[in-house]
Amino acid sequence: MHNLISSYGFPLLGGAMIGLAASLVLLTHGRIAGIAGLFGGLFLPGHDARPFRFWFVAGLVGAGLALSWVYPTAFSTSRTPSITVVGVAGLLVGYGTRLGGGCTSGHGVCGLCRLSVRSLIATMTFMVAGMATVFVANHLGGSQ
Amino acid sequence: MKSSVTAAGAGLLFGLGLGFSGMVQPAKVIGFLDIFGHWDPSLMFVMMGAMAVHFVLSRMIQRRDQPLFDSKFHQPATKAVDRKLVLGAAVFGIGWGLGGFCPGPALVTVASGALSAVVFVGTMALGMVIQHGVHASKTRGRR
Repeated sequence: MHNLISSYGFPLLGGAMIGLAASLVLLTHGRIAGIAGLFGGLFLPGHDARPFRFWFVAGLVGAGLALSWVYPTAFSTSRTPSITVVGVAGLLVGYGTRLGGGCTSGHGVCGLCRLSVRSLIATMTFMVAGMATVFVANHLGGSQ
Repeated sequence: MKSSVTAAGAGLLFGLGLGFSGMVQPAKVIGFLDIFGHWDPSLMFVMMGAMAVHFVLSRMIQRRDQPLFDSKFHQPATKAVDRKLVLGAAVFGIGWGLGGFCPGPALVTVASGALSAVVFVGTMALGMVIQHGVHASKTRGRR
């Protein structure tokens, strides 16, 4: 039972909180809660609503602070890829999310809820690309 | 003032959700993407939870004439399914599979002091700047 809650209950609860937060962003600021877009628009030229972006990202980081204080096991770092791999991954995620106009939240959660064809195609593409990458990494990298 | 509180509150709630959901654990994300190996389907429930709530609430919210602290709802300008969309999503997916981080969870994890998240957010910002630069030089070339 405990296993069932931690395996599916926590993801479901966390997901519901994410959905609620995205709804709050829409209700108060009328914006799509896409993290790559909100974060990038904070420092890339030609974007509006910088105070909103700043405070939203500050809230995200604040959540990390709160979690590491009351629920540090949320950040399990077991079997984390090496720093070099993570650095390259960040570069790809930054480039890709800006080129494709969204990430897991913008295209995945918000876009699919808006029944956007663009977001459906983007979501399927990054899911398949991610799965293919893990497959290749596990079989060629021999990490497992 | 009020709007910065709601913005920070939404970010906080979003971040706590990511923390509880398991999305901040790169190994778990990679396990979720490992459908040909030891597949861990639990993160699918994050998507289900988020969409169940947002699908309903976003429709109720958009019946309003305008949001609370802005004059209009900002919808994405582009509708086109083009090469940029697919290529960008593919590059993002490769990075997601390699590092196990997507943008939100990485920003939350930075606060835990994990070096990997700090490095990831740094190179992610760099990747965004590079993309912006490439895009800017391309549009200049077209003129």
